[in-house]
This record gives sequence, structure tokens and C-alpha cells, in this order.
Amino acid sequence: MSPTQWDFPVELCCRPMAFVTLTGLDVVYNAVHRAVWDAFCANRRADRVPISFKVLPGDHEYPKCRPKVMTPLSLLGFYFQGSKILFLKTVWFNVTLIFECWFFLIFNRLENAFYEHAQTYYYTEIRRVKSHKEFLNKTTHQLLFVRHQFKIAFFSELKQDTQNALKNYRTAYNLVHELRAHETNILEIKTMAGFINYKICRLCFQHNTPLDAIAQFRKHIDLCKKKIGSAELSFEHAAWMSKQFQAFGDLFDEAIKLGLTAIQTQNPGFYYQQAAYYAQERKQLAKALCNHEASVMYPNPDPLETQTGVLDFYGQRSWRQGILSFDLSDPEKEKVGILAIQLKERNVVHSEIIITLLSNAVAQFKKYKCPRMKSHLMVQMGEEYYYAKDYTKALKLLDYVMCDYRSEGWWTLLTSILTTALKCSYLMAQLKDYITYSLELLGRASTLKDDQKSRIEKNLINVLMNESPDPEPDCDILAVKTAQKLWSDRVSLAGSNIFTIGVQDFVPFVQCKAKFHAPSFHVDVPVQFDVYLKADCPHPIRFSKLCVSFNNQEYNQFCVIEEASKASEVLENLTQGKMCLVPGKTRKLSFKFVAKTEDVGKKIEITSVDLALGNETGRCVVLNWQGGGGDAASSQEALQAARSFKRRPKLPDSEVHWDSIIIQASTMIISRVPNISVHLHHEPPALTNEMYCLVVTVQSHEKTQIRDVKLTAGLKPGQDANLTQKTHVTLHGSELCDESYPALLTDIPVGDLQPGEQLEKMMYVRCGTVGSRMFLVYVSYLINTTVEEKEIVCKCHKDETVTIETVFPFDVAVKFVSTKFEHLERVYADIPFLLMTDLLSASPWALTIVSSELQLAPSMTASDQLESQVDKVVLQTGESASECFCLRCPSVGNVEGGVATGHYIISWKRASAMDDIPVISTVITLPHVIVENIPLHVNAELPSFGRVRESLPVKYHLQNKTHLVQDVEISVEPSDAFMFSGLKQIRLRILPGTEQEMLYNFYPLMAGYQQLPSLSIHLLRFPNFTNQLLKRFIPTSIFVKPQGRLMDDTSIAAA
Amino acid sequence: MAVCIAVIAKENYPLYIRSAPTENELKFHYMVHTSLDVVDEKISAMGKALVDQRELYLGLLYPTEDYKVYGYVTNSKVKFVMVVDSSNTALRDNEIRSMFRKLHNSYTDVMCNPFYNPGDRIQSRAFDNMVMSMMVQVC
Repeated sequence: MSPTQWDFPVELCCRPMAFVTLTGLDVVYNAVHRAVWDAFCANRRADRVPISFKVLPGDHEYPKCRPKVMTPLSLLGFYFQGSKILFLKTVWFNVTLIFECWFFLIFNRLENAFYEHAQTYYYTEIRRVKSHKEFLNKTTHQLLFVRHQFKIAFFSELKQDTQNALKNYRTAYNLVHELRAHETNILEIKTMAGFINYKICRLCFQHNTPLDAIAQFRKHIDLCKKKIGSAELSFEHAAWMSKQFQAFGDLFDEAIKLGLTAIQTQNPGFYYQQAAYYAQERKQLAKALCNHEASVMYPNPDPLETQTGVLDFYGQRSWRQGILSFDLSDPEKEKVGILAIQLKERNVVHSEIIITLLSNAVAQFKKYKCPRMKSHLMVQMGEEYYYAKDYTKALKLLDYVMCDYRSEGWWTLLTSILTTALKCSYLMAQLKDYITYSLELLGRASTLKDDQKSRIEKNLINVLMNESPDPEPDCDILAVKTAQKLWSDRVSLAGSNIFTIGVQDFVPFVQCKAKFHAPSFHVDVPVQFDVYLKADCPHPIRFSKLCVSFNNQEYNQFCVIEEASKASEVLENLTQGKMCLVPGKTRKLSFKFVAKTEDVGKKIEITSVDLALGNETGRCVVLNWQGGGGDAASSQEALQAARSFKRRPKLPDSEVHWDSIIIQASTMIISRVPNISVHLHHEPPALTNEMYCLVVTVQSHEKTQIRDVKLTAGLKPGQDANLTQKTHVTLHGSELCDESYPALLTDIPVGDLQPGEQLEKMMYVRCGTVGSRMFLVYVSYLINTTVEEKEIVCKCHKDETVTIETVFPFDVAVKFVSTKFEHLERVYADIPFLLMTDLLSASPWALTIVSSELQLAPSMTASDQLESQVDKVVLQTGESASECFCLRCPSVGNVEGGVATGHYIISWKRASAMDDIPVISTVITLPHVIVENIPLHVNAELPSFGRVRESLPVKYHLQNKTHLVQDVEISVEPSDAFMFSGLKQIRLRILPGTEQEMLYNFYPLMAGYQQLPSLSIHLLRFPNFTNQLLKRFIPTSIFVKPQGRLMDDTSIAAA
Repeated sequence: MAVCIAVIAKENYPLYIRSAPTENELKFHYMVHTSLDVVDEKISAMGKALVDQRELYLGLLYPTEDYKVYGYVTNSKVKFVMVVDSSNTALRDNEIRSMFRKLHNSYTDVMCNPFYNPGDRIQSRAFDNMVMSMMVQVC
């Protein structure tokens, strides 16, 4: 009985093809023969006819047909070999007869000829078997029916007629199950059923009907599952079942490799898994049935030996081959046979089979997105390795999958895995693993009963005291012996006895939460935090040391609690001591330290919490929490606690609810609270370009002297970059600041301040553009102070920000008017006009106009003195100051865009400003003006008013402004209000550059504002020169006063 | 009837799991846990379907030699898994559906309890009794 007893024969598993042998070829020494052979065999492509070639020596002795046995013995024997022989006898070629040179051209035809020949042969064989079958009858030749059916199917397959092959196999399969099963032949029936089922499934996959294959397999399993056979050999049934599943899995997998698509719920993995399951059952049955005493000897002679070394028929017992009777002719022989099989089974390495199958399944499930199934199978593999005593591999697998179960919170499963892992680590005396698994098995995620936990806790304490732990229950006795030896070796072995175990990836039996009292601390108060600990193990436990590590390691030294105790006291003296944890009770350990002044503005973070169990004399375990505590399960717990509305029972003041503690692993160190006041005094808004005064008052309210007071003031950084260009700050208001001044003055030392002392600092800001700006005043100082009897120098600071609006101090409006104060669109060359400025104060504060100045452009001339008319004028809000200048513009010809007028410069300051504050000059660029030439200028000379019936002399000056002699027609239209004397209509000539005077004497007739007789001038050369234009220069009306009544005045007086 | 009934949280940890007392409890835990592979796959496959059109019953998750595992997922992604003996042919799809509906109703009652904090393990006598009734009920 070889270990491969359950494997299918290779002949069954391969794809049957027509078989042709070539003889007389010397493929080793004759190159031509070799070439012929290669042409047939090498690189056979799929489109070539399916033939299996074999080369045999010419003197090969072909197997003889066995003499016919009288009775139809059995289902299948040396059948496969037989089929080959039959063909060999028929087709026999000596290829040396063939011309080698053109062999290559015809070998394809030759091959086809072989194939056709074979087809015919198989066809006749099928006919032969069928005709033979007709002579059979169901009652006496039941077995032969199956045999013949199988033959037909197999020949059909050789003939490449797979449809018929499948049909015949199916019939054969049904016939097998019609056979009368008995304990003596059940193995043979199952073996046959297995073979035929394999063939059917294989063909179904080949026909791309995987569902048929699966259905057939299910049917097969359902039919055979209960056909256990002999109870004493029930492991054989399990082995057979396992093989069935495995073979189907292989077929399925092979089909997938050829292009079939499997799905998550139907893939080969399930079959391998089931195969593994039966293999496990086989192992268990074998363990129960084959537990013979060591004294039981293997029978001699060996009942499993046969003459040929192999069985004549598949599935029969070697000691009763060919016997068809259901009665056991020789019970003694039977007994010995069974014993031999059982003893053989004992040598089978079941675990190896199981692990192979499981790993096949793992590979499949990995492919079909079944991570949990994969994990489960790996657990099984791990457990199997454990049974096989390969603890290293077992631990590796278990450790690998543990985290999957932990992260998903399947504590029952995790506990089960951990229990196995603990056994493995015990048996290997792996200290660190042993401790780690113990820690978790004692923890809250463990579903172990308290007595188990007690036992593990006790073992753990033993290990820490440098002693050997008690063995884990249900371990192999031999392995325990080895382990005990290993453990005692460990004890005597000197070496590193400190184990640091990072707990954030599992759920240990101590929980830890660190919490700073506040999210920030001032540097002059001690930083305080608490470390909360809670044990979940069944018995109180005493720790030896707790240390907290920070990102700034200098603080580590202040946060250590150590409690000297002997190793033996770990469990004793329980309720006293800071470091003794009572299960279920939250223990609070408070810490306090003074932060370094360098850490102001920085974050202090707890990087880890280390809790030591045991001490250096024994073994020491350091539990290491990253950050402020928390393990693999705590985040989910915190979430649940946060969601919960449950009211927690009231506890004594000193105690807290574990769930209510929230980890706070970092805190900010912030500077000491300043005890000074900073006031800003100023008069907003600021006016453009002025030296805006900001008075900063700093007063100390500290109890001691403050040193090194420094002031930083100016534009607050981080605003619009343009503002920086247009804002300048200085401490000296007496001079105007320019571009070179900064926008922010930093660290201006202002000395020391005694308690209560006050200092005032003036600063000036010049804003070049309007808009709002944020200004910052920042005062820093040093002060000595004591925290926890420790002298420290604190740097304090206080800042103030203020937003200041900048506005224009005034609006300036400029207009051009004629000497008649009429609005001018344009001015006329050489003719005087007026420039009027109007300055409207927009400042909420009174302004003093120190002076004003008109700077004329070269093209302009003043007709008169240009002295300021608004000197020393004080303007309140909304008031305005106007000036008027008489100007003249010589002829300049036609200039595009007009002629520049010049600048108007206003020098001003706030009315409230002190004398030393510089005056600000604001320059207004005056608008350009369009200058036009006129041919004739008329200038009237007349009194400012007339009087009724008194002569009113009027003189008109007519100036020729051209270089031409002008012909001028002048007429005067009479007016009702005047009589006049003078030339009423005249025509005259005016030479270039000269003027002509016209004298009239008007005689007013009526009082009031009267229209003068209008002068009408017509230039013959300039038809565009109209009276309309003329009216700009000469008055059209005059006020006429009534006649004086001196006489009447006296009469009135008389009356 | 059913040999194991489990309620699994949205985050895939067990809220409730009960199996027939005669059987190996661990085996069912593993079975339920591995069935989540299929549940996950089915949920992600129907992720795009509209919520109100979604079928809560997931059907047979996967067959094993001896058991059938059925699944059901609520709109809040809480999963119900039921393991039934393969030999029990009396249980058709419809019966399984109605069992799941009953389970869902009972679960809803648990959720309605103001003292129950969603996400905690279910410890309700009413729910227990209902589950037990589905496990012992003779068909």
C-alpha cells in the first residue's frame, strides 16, 4: 500500500490519444532517424491530429494478451495497457523503408494515414465490444456491463469522439451504482465510481459545461458519502472522499487555466478545503482506529503483498483478489489484512496531506477575493503545523492572521488562535512570544474564563520571577517534556531579560491613557498631566516602574515612578502602593514638571508610556504605548463611549470612569500672561501724507521690575504688499519721512520699568495712499519669576492692533473762467482769463493752510501779482477756501491736448499740530487748457454803472490779432433803453498788430439792468467770427441807476 | 431549523452570535466570519443601486458540505447571517426570507430601545427569545 494508493492511475488522468509506435529507429546515433522522430514528436501543434508516438526497438517484446479468465471477475484491471497492445499489433511500420529526403513532405499525410487507421481500429473495437455486450444478461453479468460500457467509452475517447464517450461513461456510472454493494466490494465500487466520475467531470470541463461537471460531482458525492464500508477501515473512506474533492479541485483549476472563469462562491478553493476537511477526518479516524500497542507486530507474511507487486484489479483487497463471493471465506486472513492496513495507515503523515490541501485552498481563495476564508484556512494550517509539531511554522501563520481577527473585533476567534499560539510559544520556550500572548489572553479582548486567566496570570508571574511556567493544557506529553527542559535552560541562561513589547497593535491586559490637564500651559505654571491605568486581569498586579517619554527628552526624567519591590512581591502586598493595579479599578498617577522657557510656543507631546512589570533581577517586561496610550481596541471603544447616552453610576470623588477619560497626548507651552497695559492714543483718521501721531503708553502692573522692554510698532505684516511701500514709520515727527523709512520698526529698546511705572512713546506714521491699514504695537519684556521654587526668566509680550483709515485732507477743484466770470471751455491766446481754485476741507479735524503757491507752466504768464490769498486760513470740516488768479496765455499754435497750466501747491498741517511738526505740501497738477487764436479782440471800456439821463461814455478797442490787414464792418443796433451818439455803421481797416478805438456816448433812458445797444462786427476775411463770440469779450448790459432826487429829499424833510 | 444566527455590525464585528448548543461554537464563528467575504462582495456589487430599490436579502452566500449560509443586510449595513443545516430541505428561500424579516423586526426593536447604544453587543432577552425560537422551531 503506497502512500499514493488513493491517487488515480496516470492512464486515467491523461487525455487519451491514438497510440502509434515506431520501430527500427535509432534516435540516439542516427541523425536522420532523429530528424524523422522529431518531425513526428517535437513541437506538436494543436491543429495536428492527436496521436501519441512512441519509439520501440525492433526486438521489443509486446505484452501478451492474458488468457481469458472463466468468470467475469471484476470491473477494471490491466485495462489501459491492454488497449495499447491491441493497437500495436495492428499498425506496424518500419520507417526505414521510406525515402528520407522527401519524408518531410509527406509525413503529414503519413500521420493522417496513421490516424485514419487508428480511427478505424477503434471503431471496430467498439463494435466488437458492443456485440460482445449483447450476449450478456443483467443478472449474471452485472459487473461486465460496467466493464464493457467503460471500454466503449474509452475507445470513443481514443477515437476523439468525446460526446459518445461522455454518454457511455454516464451509463457506466449509473451501472456502477446499480451494483449490489457489500462490505467486501464497496471499496472496489467506490474506486470505480470515482474513476468514472473523474472521466465524466473531465469531459464536461472539456466540453465547457462546468455546471454539468459540478452537478455530476455533487451527485457523485451525495451517492457515495454514506458508503463508508468497513468501520475498522473508515479512514479509507475519508481518504477516498478527500481524494475525490482534491481531484475535482484539480480539474476545476485546470479548466480555469484553460480559460474558464470561476466566481467567489464557486471556485476550486472550496473543493480543496473540503478535501482538507476529509483529510482531517481521516487523520482523526486513523488516530482512533490505529492506536495499536507498540507490541503489535506487522503480520508476516505480508497480506498486502501480491505476486506481481501490483493489484490485478483496482479497488480489490490483495488477499482476496478475484473472489466475488460476499461471504468472508477466511475471517482470520481478513483480520490480518485489516491489521496490516491499519498499521500502514499509522505511517501516513496526515498533517502533510492536510497542509498541502489547505495551502492549495489558500491560493485559490486569495485569487477570488475571500480574505477571511483565507485567514481561516491559514489558522487551520497553523493548527495543523501545531499538531505536526512544527511550532515555528505554526506560530508564523497564526501570528500573521491574528491581526485580521483583532482588527475586526472577533474576540472569540482571536482567543482561540491566541490559545494555540500560546501553546506553541510555550513548547518552544519562546519567552517574548509567550509573554505577548499571555498579555493579550489576560486582556479584555480575551473570552477565556476566569480560571484560565488566573492560570495564565500565574504562569506569567512565574516567568517574570525567572521560573518555568506550568505547561499549557492538552499539549503532547513528549513535547511538554522537551519544553520543560528548554524552559529550565532558559532560566539558567544569562542574557537580556528585559523585553519591550509594543502594545499598540494588540489588546494587552493593562490599559493606559495619558491626559494633560489642559491643551496649553503658561510657562510660569507647572505642566500637569495624569496617566490612567486599568488592569483587566483577574488578580491585582504590581508594576515596578512607569516612565513617560516626551518629544523633548529633557522632561522624561521628571516623569518616572518607580516602586522598589522584590520580584516575589508582584502579587503580594496588594492593595497598597501606587503601582498596584486592582482589576477593574482606574488608577490615576499624576505628574507635574516645569516647562523650559525655550519651549514657549512649542508643543510638548507624550511620545510613549512605558510600564514595567517585574524587575531586573528576574525578568522584566516593558509595555510600551506609543503616544498617550491606547491599543488595538481602544479607538472603537472610545467611539462607542462617545455615542453612549448611558448615565454612569456615581463614583467617589477620587475615582473616574475609564470610558470618560479622553487621551490628550500633547499640550502647548505658551508665554506667561503679561501684566502690563498698552494704550494707543491717536486722532483718526490719518490724512494722506501727514505725519500721523500715535502715542503708545505702556504701564507696568507687575510686582517686580521688568527688564529689557522692547517695542515693535508699525504696519502689521501680512497685509497688501503695496501698503508696505506706501507706509512709513518713524519715531521723530520733526522731519518728514521718505521712502527710505521702514513700514515696521522692530525691537526698539525702551529700557526697564519699575512696578507701576508708565512710559509714553510717540511714533509717527506717514501714509501715502488712502484706505485702511492695520497697525501693530507689540511690547515685550523680561521678568524673573519662580515656579515650583525654581527661578525662571520669562519673556512676556503684549500686543495691540489698531486699524487706521487714511483719507484725503481736502478736495481741490480748479476751473477757468473769463474775466466776466463766465465758464470757459477754452481760452483765447493773449486774452486774459481767470484760474479759480476751490479747496474743500474733507478732514474731520481743523486744517491750517499755511500757504498756497501757483507755479505756472512756462507757457503761461500771470497778468497780475500771484500772491496767495489763503495764507494762514484755518478750515473746519466742510469749509472751503477759494483763490483766483488772472492769467494770460500767449499764442502757441495748435497743441494737441491743450497747454499745461502748472501746479498748485498747498502747504498745510493740522490746526492742532505742534509747531515742530513739519508742514506738508500737497501738489495739485492743474489741468491742461485748450488755447485758441482769435482774429480780432474787442475790449470795452465803460463805467461800472450808468445813471438815467446822464451821459455814459463807452470806448471799444478793436485789436487786430492777425498778421493781415482786416476789413471790419461795424454796426450798432439801437436799444430802447438808450439813445446814443457815435458811428452807427462804419467800415474800416485795421493794420496787423494795431488797434482801433471806437467812441460812443450812450444816454440811458430807463433805470434798471438794461441791455446796451449791441455792437455787431463782421470780419470779411473771417466769416466764422460771429457776434456770439464777440459777446464773450464785451458787456451786453449795464446797470442804470435812477436819476438823483435831491430836491425831493428836502421836500420830504419839510413835510 | 437554523443552527446559527449572527448579527454583524457595519464595521464587521459581531454584535450578536448564537449557535446551536450541541455544536462546536467556534466552527460557526468561523463560518459566519468567512461568509462576510461574500457579503462584502455582494454589497459592493449592488452599491450603485438606489437605496429604496435595494433588496436586503442577499440569498445563499455559500454552500458547504453540511451547511448553507444565508445573508441579509439592512440599510444601515448591519448584516444578518444565518446558518442552516444542508439536510434541511424544508427550508426554501421564502422561509429563509421570512425568518430574516422577523430577525430584522426584532433587531429594529432592539435599536428602538433608548438604553441600547448602537454598536454595542446586543444583550436583549426579547431578541434572545426570538433567535432561540428560530433555532429550535421544528419544521
